[in-house]
Amino acid sequence: MIEVSNLTKKYGDLVAVDNVTFTVNDGEVFAFLGPNGAGKTTTVKMLTTLLHPTAGVMRLNDIDPVREPERARRTFGIVFQDPSLDDDLTAWENMDLHGVLYDVPDAERRKGCEELLKFVDLWDRKDSVVKEFSGGMKRRLEIARGLLHEPKILFLDEPTTGLDPQTRNLMWDRLQDLNKTKGMTIFLTTHYMEEADRMANRIAIMDEGKIIATGTPDELKKQTNTEFLEDAFLALTGKTIRDEGAGSADHARTMGRRMGRR
Amino acid sequence: MKKIYYLWLRQIKKYLRSRARMIGTLAQPIIFLVMFGYGFGGSFGAGGGNYLNFLAPGIVGMSIIFTAIFTGIEVIWDRQFGFLKETLVAPMPRTDVMIGRTAGGATVATIQGIIVLLISTLFGFQPASWAAVFPVIFIMFLIAIIFASIGTIIGSFLDDMQAFSLIMNFLVMPLFFLSGALFPLQGLPGWLTFISRIDPLTYGVDALRVLLANIGHHDLGLGTDALVLVGMALVFSLVGGYFFEKIQV
Repeated sequence: MIEVSNLTKKYGDLVAVDNVTFTVNDGEVFAFLGPNGAGKTTTVKMLTTLLHPTAGVMRLNDIDPVREPERARRTFGIVFQDPSLDDDLTAWENMDLHGVLYDVPDAERRKGCEELLKFVDLWDRKDSVVKEFSGGMKRRLEIARGLLHEPKILFLDEPTTGLDPQTRNLMWDRLQDLNKTKGMTIFLTTHYMEEADRMANRIAIMDEGKIIATGTPDELKKQTNTEFLEDAFLALTGKTIRDEGAGSADHARTMGRRMGRR
Repeated sequence: MKKIYYLWLRQIKKYLRSRARMIGTLAQPIIFLVMFGYGFGGSFGAGGGNYLNFLAPGIVGMSIIFTAIFTGIEVIWDRQFGFLKETLVAPMPRTDVMIGRTAGGATVATIQGIIVLLISTLFGFQPASWAAVFPVIFIMFLIAIIFASIGTIIGSFLDDMQAFSLIMNFLVMPLFFLSGALFPLQGLPGWLTFISRIDPLTYGVDALRVLLANIGHHDLGLGTDALVLVGMALVFSLVGGYFFEKIQV
Protein backbone atom coordinates (compact mmCIF):
# COMPACT_ATOMS: atom_id res chain seq x y z
CA MET A 1 0.00 0.00 0.00
CA ILE A 2 2.88 2.33 0.83
CA GLU A 3 6.26 1.79 -0.76
CA VAL A 4 9.17 4.04 -0.02
CA SER A 5 12.72 3.62 -1.24
CA ASN A 6 15.80 5.71 -0.59
CA LEU A 7 13.71 8.68 0.48
CA THR A 8 15.83 11.69 1.43
CA LYS A 9 15.03 15.25 2.47
CA LYS A 10 17.78 17.79 2.92
CA TYR A 11 17.63 21.35 4.15
CA GLY A 12 20.97 22.72 3.08
CA ASP A 13 23.54 20.71 5.00
CA LEU A 14 21.02 19.19 7.33
CA VAL A 15 19.64 15.81 6.38
CA ALA A 16 16.17 15.54 7.95
CA VAL A 17 15.34 12.20 6.34
CA ASP A 18 18.28 10.09 5.29
CA ASN A 19 17.88 7.39 2.65
CA VAL A 20 14.82 5.76 4.19
CA THR A 21 13.30 2.57 2.74
CA PHE A 22 10.22 0.73 3.99
CA THR A 23 6.99 -0.91 2.89
CA VAL A 24 3.57 -0.87 4.53
CA ASN A 25 1.27 -3.70 3.52
CA ASP A 26 -2.38 -3.38 2.65
CA GLY A 27 -4.52 -3.33 5.80
CA GLU A 28 -1.57 -3.06 8.12
CA VAL A 29 -1.16 -0.80 11.15
CA PHE A 30 2.36 0.53 10.85
CA ALA A 31 4.08 2.74 13.40
CA PHE A 32 6.98 5.11 13.08
CA LEU A 33 8.55 5.32 16.49
CA GLY A 34 11.29 7.77 17.28
CA PRO A 35 12.48 10.61 19.48
CA ASN A 36 11.76 14.25 18.70
CA GLY A 37 13.38 15.53 15.55
CA ALA A 38 13.92 12.04 14.14
CA GLY A 39 12.32 12.92 10.81
CA LYS A 40 8.95 11.22 11.32
CA THR A 41 6.83 14.24 10.50
CA THR A 42 9.02 15.18 7.53
CA THR A 43 8.47 11.69 6.12
CA VAL A 44 4.72 11.96 6.60
CA LYS A 45 4.71 15.38 4.94
CA MET A 46 6.49 14.00 1.91
CA LEU A 47 4.07 11.10 1.66
CA THR A 48 1.09 13.43 1.92
CA THR A 49 2.26 15.83 -0.85
CA LEU A 50 3.05 18.70 1.52
CA LEU A 51 6.79 18.55 0.91
CA HIS A 52 8.89 17.55 -2.08
CA PRO A 53 11.61 14.99 -1.39
CA THR A 54 15.22 15.75 -2.27
CA ALA A 55 15.65 12.21 -3.58
CA GLY A 56 13.97 8.83 -3.51
CA VAL A 57 10.80 7.16 -4.72
CA MET A 58 7.38 6.87 -3.03
CA ARG A 59 4.22 5.01 -3.99
CA LEU A 60 0.83 5.31 -2.29
CA ASN A 61 -1.54 2.69 -3.61
CA ASP A 62 0.71 2.62 -6.70
CA ILE A 63 0.47 6.39 -7.15
CA ASP A 64 3.50 8.65 -7.12
CA PRO A 65 2.59 11.57 -4.82
CA VAL A 66 5.21 13.79 -6.44
CA ARG A 67 4.02 13.30 -10.00
CA GLU A 68 0.30 12.89 -9.34
CA PRO A 69 -0.35 14.74 -6.10
CA GLU A 70 -4.06 15.17 -6.67
CA ARG A 71 -4.68 11.48 -7.33
CA ALA A 72 -2.56 10.59 -4.33
CA ARG A 73 -4.61 12.89 -2.12
CA ARG A 74 -7.73 10.95 -2.97
CA THR A 75 -6.33 7.84 -1.31
CA PHE A 76 -5.42 9.14 2.11
CA GLY A 77 -6.61 11.09 5.11
CA ILE A 78 -4.42 12.66 7.74
CA VAL A 79 -4.55 13.82 11.32
CA PHE A 80 -1.79 16.37 11.77
CA GLN A 81 0.53 16.66 14.71
CA ASP A 82 -0.01 20.41 15.05
CA PRO A 83 -3.33 22.28 14.91
CA SER A 84 -5.07 22.61 11.55
CA LEU A 85 -8.52 23.88 12.52
CA ASP A 86 -10.01 27.19 11.49
CA ASP A 87 -10.36 29.12 14.74
CA ASP A 88 -12.99 31.48 13.35
CA LEU A 89 -15.38 28.68 12.41
CA THR A 90 -17.52 26.67 14.79
CA ALA A 91 -16.87 23.02 15.61
CA TRP A 92 -19.71 22.01 13.34
CA GLU A 93 -18.49 24.19 10.46
CA ASN A 94 -14.99 22.75 10.72
CA MET A 95 -16.42 19.23 10.50
CA ASP A 96 -18.85 20.12 7.74
CA LEU A 97 -16.23 21.86 5.60
CA HIS A 98 -13.91 18.87 5.96
CA GLY A 99 -16.70 16.53 4.90
CA VAL A 100 -17.39 18.60 1.79
CA LEU A 101 -13.73 18.84 0.85
CA TYR A 102 -13.40 15.06 1.23
CA ASP A 103 -16.47 14.20 -0.83
CA VAL A 104 -18.57 12.79 1.99
CA PRO A 105 -22.19 12.71 0.67
CA ASP A 106 -24.65 15.14 2.35
CA ALA A 107 -26.74 12.78 4.47
CA GLU A 108 -23.75 10.74 5.55
CA ARG A 109 -21.85 13.90 6.37
CA ARG A 110 -24.55 15.26 8.65
CA LYS A 111 -24.90 11.93 10.39
CA GLY A 112 -21.15 11.50 10.67
CA CYS A 113 -20.57 15.01 12.06
CA GLU A 114 -23.22 14.50 14.72
CA GLU A 115 -22.04 11.06 15.70
CA LEU A 116 -18.38 12.05 15.89
CA LEU A 117 -19.01 15.28 17.78
CA LYS A 118 -20.95 13.24 20.33
CA PHE A 119 -18.18 10.67 20.29
CA VAL A 120 -15.58 13.25 21.36
CA ASP A 121 -18.05 14.92 23.72
CA LEU A 122 -18.28 18.22 21.87
CA TRP A 123 -21.88 17.99 20.71
CA ASP A 124 -23.19 20.69 23.08
CA ARG A 125 -20.39 22.97 21.91
CA LYS A 126 -20.95 22.37 18.23
CA ASP A 127 -21.99 25.97 17.54
CA SER A 128 -19.14 27.54 19.47
CA VAL A 129 -16.29 29.11 17.58
CA VAL A 130 -13.15 26.99 17.91
CA LYS A 131 -11.22 30.02 19.20
CA GLU A 132 -13.06 29.56 22.52
CA PHE A 133 -11.96 25.92 22.90
CA SER A 134 -9.27 24.65 25.24
CA GLY A 135 -6.26 22.83 23.83
CA GLY A 136 -7.73 19.43 24.69
CA MET A 137 -11.07 20.24 23.06
CA LYS A 138 -9.34 21.36 19.88
CA ARG A 139 -7.35 18.17 19.80
CA ARG A 140 -10.51 16.10 20.20
CA LEU A 141 -12.21 17.99 17.41
CA GLU A 142 -9.19 17.41 15.22
CA ILE A 143 -9.40 13.66 15.82
CA ALA A 144 -13.15 13.62 15.15
CA ARG A 145 -12.61 15.47 11.90
CA GLY A 146 -9.91 13.02 10.84
CA LEU A 147 -12.34 10.14 11.31
CA LEU A 148 -15.15 11.69 9.28
CA HIS A 149 -14.23 10.08 6.02
CA GLU A 150 -12.84 6.63 5.41
CA PRO A 151 -9.76 6.77 3.22
CA LYS A 152 -7.72 3.78 2.07
CA ILE A 153 -4.74 5.01 4.06
CA LEU A 154 -4.97 7.05 7.24
CA PHE A 155 -1.91 8.97 8.42
CA LEU A 156 -1.85 9.87 12.10
CA ASP A 157 1.03 12.11 13.10
CA GLU A 158 1.38 11.79 16.88
CA PRO A 159 -2.39 11.63 17.19
CA THR A 160 -2.60 11.07 20.91
CA THR A 161 -0.31 13.89 22.02
CA GLY A 162 -2.40 16.17 24.22
CA LEU A 163 -5.32 13.77 24.32
CA ASP A 164 -6.89 12.55 27.54
CA PRO A 165 -6.73 8.79 28.20
CA GLN A 166 -10.50 8.33 27.71
CA THR A 167 -10.51 9.84 24.25
CA ARG A 168 -7.29 8.04 23.44
CA ASN A 169 -8.85 4.67 24.17
CA LEU A 170 -12.05 5.51 22.33
CA MET A 171 -10.03 6.61 19.34
CA TRP A 172 -7.96 3.44 19.26
CA ASP A 173 -11.05 1.24 19.53
CA ARG A 174 -12.57 3.03 16.61
CA LEU A 175 -9.41 2.88 14.53
CA GLN A 176 -8.98 -0.81 15.21
CA ASP A 177 -12.54 -1.33 14.14
CA LEU A 178 -11.98 0.60 10.87
CA ASN A 179 -8.81 -1.35 10.31
CA LYS A 180 -10.52 -4.73 10.83
CA THR A 181 -13.86 -4.13 9.12
CA LYS A 182 -12.84 -1.79 6.28
CA GLY A 183 -9.26 -2.92 5.88
CA MET A 184 -8.01 0.63 6.32
CA THR A 185 -4.23 0.90 6.27
CA ILE A 186 -3.02 2.98 9.20
CA PHE A 187 0.31 4.74 9.35
CA LEU A 188 1.06 6.42 12.65
CA THR A 189 3.96 8.18 14.23
CA THR A 190 4.32 8.25 17.98
CA HIS A 191 6.79 8.39 20.77
CA TYR A 192 4.54 6.46 23.12
CA MET A 193 6.11 3.03 23.22
CA GLU A 194 3.18 1.20 24.75
CA GLU A 195 0.89 2.63 22.12
CA ALA A 196 3.01 1.34 19.26
CA ASP A 197 3.37 -1.97 21.08
CA ARG A 198 -0.35 -2.39 21.50
CA MET A 199 -1.58 -1.01 18.19
CA ALA A 200 0.95 -1.68 15.48
CA ASN A 201 1.47 -4.83 13.46
CA ARG A 202 4.92 -3.58 12.59
CA ILE A 203 7.16 -0.80 13.81
CA ALA A 204 10.01 1.13 12.28
CA ILE A 205 12.28 2.88 14.73
CA MET A 206 13.62 6.11 13.38
CA ASP A 207 16.46 8.21 14.72
CA GLU A 208 18.34 11.14 13.24
CA GLY A 209 16.66 10.72 9.89
CA LYS A 210 17.43 7.02 9.52
CA ILE A 211 15.41 3.89 10.12
CA ILE A 212 17.53 1.91 12.54
CA ALA A 213 15.26 -1.12 13.02
CA THR A 214 12.06 -2.55 11.58
CA GLY A 215 9.93 -5.45 12.74
CA THR A 216 6.98 -6.59 14.80
CA PRO A 217 7.05 -5.46 18.43
CA ASP A 218 8.17 -8.95 19.45
CA GLU A 219 10.95 -9.07 16.91
CA LEU A 220 12.27 -5.73 18.13
CA LYS A 221 12.26 -6.91 21.74
CA LYS A 222 14.02 -10.12 20.77
CA GLN A 223 16.57 -8.28 18.66
CA THR A 224 17.59 -6.08 21.58
CA ASN A 225 17.14 -8.71 24.26
CA THR A 226 14.66 -6.59 26.13
CA GLU A 227 11.33 -7.35 27.74
CA PHE A 228 9.53 -4.10 26.99
CA LEU A 229 9.45 -2.11 23.82
CA GLU A 230 10.51 0.95 25.77
CA ASP A 231 13.78 -0.74 26.66
CA ALA A 232 14.23 -1.84 23.06
CA PHE A 233 13.66 1.74 21.97
CA LEU A 234 16.18 3.09 24.43
CA ALA A 235 18.68 0.37 23.57
CA LEU A 236 18.47 1.40 19.94
CA THR A 237 18.32 5.19 20.20
CA GLY A 238 20.38 5.85 23.31
CA LYS A 239 19.31 7.74 26.39
CA THR A 240 20.15 11.32 25.58
CA ILE A 241 17.24 13.73 25.48
CA ARG A 242 16.45 15.13 22.07
CA ASP A 243 15.63 18.77 22.13
CA GLU A 244 13.45 19.71 19.23
CA GLY A 245 14.50 23.33 19.52
CA ALA A 246 18.09 24.25 18.72
CA GLY A 247 19.93 22.23 16.12
CA SER A 248 17.06 19.99 15.12
CA ALA A 249 15.43 19.46 11.78
CA ASP A 250 12.59 21.80 12.65
CA HIS A 251 14.97 24.57 13.46
CA ALA A 252 16.85 24.15 10.22
CA ARG A 253 13.54 24.05 8.38
CA THR A 254 12.52 27.42 9.80
CA MET A 255 15.89 28.90 9.01
CA GLY A 256 15.82 27.51 5.51
CA ARG A 257 12.43 29.06 4.90
CA ARG A 258 13.49 32.42 6.24
CA MET A 259 16.32 32.44 3.78
CA GLY A 260 13.92 31.72 0.96
CA ARG A 261 14.87 28.09 0.39
CA ARG A 262 11.78 26.04 -0.27
CA MET B 1 -17.97 23.48 -7.53
CA LYS B 2 -19.45 22.74 -4.14
CA LYS B 3 -15.98 22.69 -2.61
CA ILE B 4 -15.17 26.08 -4.12
CA TYR B 5 -18.47 27.41 -2.80
CA TYR B 6 -17.70 26.19 0.72
CA LEU B 7 -14.26 27.80 0.66
CA TRP B 8 -15.86 31.01 -0.63
CA LEU B 9 -18.44 30.86 2.16
CA ARG B 10 -15.72 30.37 4.75
CA GLN B 11 -14.11 33.63 3.68
CA ILE B 12 -17.46 35.49 3.96
CA LYS B 13 -18.19 34.02 7.40
CA LYS B 14 -14.78 35.00 8.69
CA TYR B 15 -15.34 38.56 7.48
CA LEU B 16 -18.77 38.85 9.07
CA ARG B 17 -17.47 37.46 12.35
CA SER B 18 -14.54 39.75 12.86
CA ARG B 19 -16.22 43.04 13.69
CA ALA B 20 -12.93 44.61 14.69
CA ARG B 21 -11.47 44.00 11.26
CA MET B 22 -14.57 45.27 9.54
CA ILE B 23 -14.60 48.50 11.52
CA GLY B 24 -10.84 48.89 11.20
CA THR B 25 -10.88 48.61 7.44
CA LEU B 26 -13.81 51.02 7.20
CA ALA B 27 -12.25 53.59 9.53
CA GLN B 28 -9.29 54.17 7.27
CA PRO B 29 -11.20 55.22 4.14
CA ILE B 30 -13.46 57.43 6.25
CA ILE B 31 -10.44 59.17 7.74
CA PHE B 32 -9.05 59.71 4.25
CA LEU B 33 -12.38 61.05 3.02
CA VAL B 34 -12.59 63.51 5.89
CA MET B 35 -8.95 64.58 5.97
CA PHE B 36 -8.41 64.91 2.24
CA GLY B 37 -11.96 65.90 1.40
CA TYR B 38 -11.98 68.84 3.78
CA GLY B 39 -8.25 69.40 3.72
CA PHE B 40 -7.70 69.68 -0.02
CA GLY B 41 -11.27 70.50 -0.94
CA GLY B 42 -10.76 74.22 -0.52
CA SER B 43 -7.66 74.58 -2.66
CA PHE B 44 -9.04 72.21 -5.30
CA GLY B 45 -12.29 74.12 -5.54
CA ALA B 46 -10.39 77.24 -6.58
CA GLY B 47 -9.57 75.53 -9.87
CA GLY B 48 -13.19 74.77 -10.55
CA GLY B 49 -14.67 71.34 -9.93
CA ASN B 50 -15.60 69.36 -6.87
CA TYR B 51 -12.76 67.56 -5.16
CA LEU B 52 -15.06 65.17 -3.34
CA ASN B 53 -16.39 63.88 -6.65
CA PHE B 54 -12.79 63.30 -7.70
CA LEU B 55 -11.74 61.80 -4.38
CA ALA B 56 -14.61 59.44 -3.53
CA PRO B 57 -14.00 56.92 -6.35
CA GLY B 58 -10.31 56.90 -5.40
CA ILE B 59 -11.11 56.13 -1.77
CA VAL B 60 -13.47 53.36 -2.85
CA GLY B 61 -10.57 51.92 -4.86
CA MET B 62 -8.30 52.25 -1.85
CA SER B 63 -10.64 50.39 0.48
CA ILE B 64 -10.90 47.59 -2.08
CA ILE B 65 -7.18 47.09 -2.57
CA PHE B 66 -6.40 47.19 1.14
CA THR B 67 -9.05 44.62 1.94
CA ALA B 68 -8.26 42.45 -1.08
CA ILE B 69 -4.50 42.35 -0.49
CA PHE B 70 -5.18 41.47 3.12
CA THR B 71 -7.48 38.56 2.28
CA GLY B 72 -4.77 37.22 -0.05
CA ILE B 73 -2.08 37.58 2.58
CA GLU B 74 -4.32 35.64 4.97
CA VAL B 75 -2.60 32.60 3.46
CA ILE B 76 0.16 33.41 5.93
CA TRP B 77 -2.27 33.30 8.88
CA ASP B 78 -3.71 30.06 7.67
CA ARG B 79 -0.22 28.68 7.39
CA GLN B 80 0.61 29.76 10.95
CA PHE B 81 -2.62 28.52 12.46
CA GLY B 82 -2.36 25.34 10.44
CA PHE B 83 -5.61 25.44 8.53
CA LEU B 84 -3.74 25.81 5.24
CA LYS B 85 -2.50 22.20 5.53
CA GLU B 86 -6.06 20.97 5.82
CA THR B 87 -6.90 22.48 2.43
CA LEU B 88 -3.58 21.56 0.83
CA VAL B 89 -4.07 17.82 1.36
CA ALA B 90 -7.76 17.83 0.41
CA PRO B 91 -8.64 15.67 -2.61
CA MET B 92 -9.17 18.57 -5.00
CA PRO B 93 -6.99 20.59 -7.35
CA ARG B 94 -5.08 23.25 -5.44
CA THR B 95 -6.14 25.75 -8.08
CA ASP B 96 -9.73 25.18 -6.91
CA VAL B 97 -8.65 25.99 -3.36
CA MET B 98 -7.08 29.18 -4.65
CA ILE B 99 -10.19 30.05 -6.70
CA GLY B 100 -12.47 29.62 -3.67
CA ARG B 101 -10.24 31.71 -1.45
CA THR B 102 -9.70 34.45 -4.02
CA ALA B 103 -13.36 34.67 -4.98
CA GLY B 104 -14.27 34.87 -1.29
CA GLY B 105 -11.68 37.53 -0.59
CA ALA B 106 -12.72 39.51 -3.67
CA THR B 107 -16.37 39.35 -2.63
CA VAL B 108 -15.50 40.67 0.81
CA ALA B 109 -13.42 43.49 -0.70
CA THR B 110 -16.22 44.39 -3.10
CA ILE B 111 -18.76 44.56 -0.27
CA GLN B 112 -16.33 46.78 1.56
CA GLY B 113 -16.06 49.02 -1.52
CA ILE B 114 -19.84 49.31 -1.76
CA ILE B 115 -20.08 50.27 1.92
CA VAL B 116 -17.42 52.95 1.46
CA LEU B 117 -19.26 54.26 -1.59
CA LEU B 118 -22.46 54.54 0.45
CA ILE B 119 -20.60 56.24 3.28
CA SER B 120 -19.07 58.77 0.88
CA THR B 121 -22.58 59.87 -0.13
CA LEU B 122 -23.08 60.83 3.51
CA PHE B 123 -20.21 63.26 3.08
CA GLY B 124 -21.90 64.80 0.09
CA PHE B 125 -20.65 62.67 -2.78
CA GLN B 126 -23.26 62.41 -5.51
CA PRO B 127 -22.78 59.71 -8.11
CA ALA B 128 -23.35 60.97 -11.65
CA SER B 129 -25.93 58.24 -12.10
CA TRP B 130 -27.12 55.35 -9.97
CA ALA B 131 -27.67 53.36 -13.15
CA ALA B 132 -23.92 52.82 -13.19
CA VAL B 133 -24.15 50.68 -10.09
CA PHE B 134 -23.82 47.32 -11.85
CA PRO B 135 -20.83 48.16 -14.02
CA VAL B 136 -19.33 49.80 -10.92
CA ILE B 137 -19.68 46.58 -8.93
CA PHE B 138 -18.16 44.66 -11.82
CA ILE B 139 -15.13 46.99 -11.90
CA MET B 140 -14.83 46.74 -8.11
CA PHE B 141 -14.81 42.96 -8.33
CA LEU B 142 -12.09 43.00 -11.00
CA ILE B 143 -9.89 45.27 -8.87
CA ALA B 144 -10.54 42.97 -5.91
CA ILE B 145 -9.60 39.83 -7.86
CA ILE B 146 -6.33 41.39 -9.02
CA PHE B 147 -5.24 42.46 -5.56
CA ALA B 148 -6.46 39.35 -3.78
CA SER B 149 -4.30 37.38 -6.24
CA ILE B 150 -1.32 39.66 -5.61
CA GLY B 151 -1.88 39.04 -1.89
CA THR B 152 -1.93 35.29 -2.50
CA ILE B 153 1.32 35.47 -4.46
CA ILE B 154 2.97 37.36 -1.59
CA GLY B 155 1.44 34.97 0.95
CA SER B 156 2.83 31.97 -0.91
CA PHE B 157 6.35 33.25 -0.46
CA LEU B 158 6.26 34.54 3.09
CA ASP B 159 5.68 32.45 6.13
CA ASP B 160 5.24 35.04 8.83
CA MET B 161 3.49 38.34 9.20
CA GLN B 162 6.69 40.23 10.02
CA ALA B 163 7.07 41.31 6.42
CA PHE B 164 3.54 42.68 6.37
CA SER B 165 4.47 46.30 7.12
CA LEU B 166 7.17 46.08 4.48
CA ILE B 167 4.57 45.13 1.91
CA MET B 168 2.18 47.84 3.02
CA ASN B 169 4.88 50.52 2.81
CA PHE B 170 6.72 49.47 -0.31
CA LEU B 171 3.96 47.97 -2.40
CA VAL B 172 0.45 48.90 -1.35
CA MET B 173 0.97 52.54 -0.44
CA PRO B 174 2.94 53.43 -3.62
CA LEU B 175 0.38 51.61 -5.78
CA PHE B 176 -2.35 53.55 -4.03
CA PHE B 177 -0.65 56.97 -4.36
CA LEU B 178 0.41 56.44 -7.96
CA SER B 179 -3.03 55.29 -9.05
CA GLY B 180 -4.33 58.82 -9.15
CA ALA B 181 -6.76 58.07 -6.34
CA LEU B 182 -5.87 61.27 -4.46
CA PHE B 183 -4.49 63.62 -7.10
CA PRO B 184 -4.50 63.82 -10.91
CA LEU B 185 -1.55 62.07 -12.52
CA GLN B 186 -0.14 65.03 -14.34
CA GLY B 187 3.35 66.40 -14.46
CA LEU B 188 4.90 63.33 -12.82
CA PRO B 189 8.49 62.44 -13.75
CA GLY B 190 8.72 59.80 -16.48
CA TRP B 191 9.57 56.86 -14.24
CA LEU B 192 6.68 57.58 -11.90
CA THR B 193 4.34 57.87 -14.87
CA PHE B 194 5.62 54.48 -15.98
CA ILE B 195 4.85 52.91 -12.59
CA SER B 196 1.42 54.49 -12.55
CA ARG B 197 0.78 52.97 -15.96
CA ILE B 198 1.55 49.42 -14.82
CA ASP B 199 -0.41 49.92 -11.60
CA PRO B 200 -3.71 48.03 -11.96
CA LEU B 201 -5.41 50.44 -9.59
CA THR B 202 -4.82 53.33 -12.04
CA TYR B 203 -7.23 51.69 -14.44
CA GLY B 204 -9.62 50.70 -11.68
CA VAL B 205 -9.83 54.19 -10.22
CA ASP B 206 -10.17 55.72 -13.68
CA ALA B 207 -13.04 53.41 -14.57
CA LEU B 208 -14.80 54.09 -11.27
CA ARG B 209 -14.35 57.81 -11.77
CA VAL B 210 -15.79 57.71 -15.29
CA LEU B 211 -18.77 55.68 -14.14
CA LEU B 212 -19.44 57.46 -10.87
CA ALA B 213 -18.39 61.05 -11.47
CA ASN B 214 -18.14 61.36 -15.21
CA ILE B 215 -14.54 62.48 -15.01
CA GLY B 216 -11.57 60.47 -16.08
CA HIS B 217 -8.14 60.43 -17.57
CA HIS B 218 -8.22 62.09 -20.96
CA ASP B 219 -6.04 59.51 -22.68
CA LEU B 220 -7.61 56.42 -21.15
CA GLY B 221 -11.20 55.40 -21.67
CA LEU B 222 -13.67 53.13 -20.01
CA GLY B 223 -13.13 50.49 -22.71
CA THR B 224 -9.34 50.48 -22.24
CA ASP B 225 -9.74 50.40 -18.45
CA ALA B 226 -12.09 47.45 -18.52
CA LEU B 227 -9.92 45.52 -20.97
CA VAL B 228 -6.74 46.12 -18.98
CA LEU B 229 -8.50 45.12 -15.74
CA VAL B 230 -9.89 41.90 -17.19
CA GLY B 231 -6.48 41.06 -18.64
CA MET B 232 -4.68 41.76 -15.37
CA ALA B 233 -7.26 39.83 -13.37
CA LEU B 234 -6.61 36.81 -15.58
CA VAL B 235 -2.83 37.13 -15.46
CA PHE B 236 -2.58 37.70 -11.71
CA SER B 237 -5.01 34.94 -10.79
CA LEU B 238 -3.09 32.52 -13.02
CA VAL B 239 0.22 33.55 -11.48
CA GLY B 240 -1.36 33.35 -8.01
CA GLY B 241 -2.68 29.88 -8.80
CA TYR B 242 0.77 28.82 -9.98
CA PHE B 243 2.51 29.91 -6.79
CA PHE B 244 -0.26 28.58 -4.57
CA GLU B 245 0.17 25.21 -6.22
CA LYS B 246 3.87 25.23 -5.29
CA ILE B 247 3.40 25.91 -1.57
CA GLN B 248 5.19 23.50 0.73
CA VAL B 249 4.61 23.50 4.46
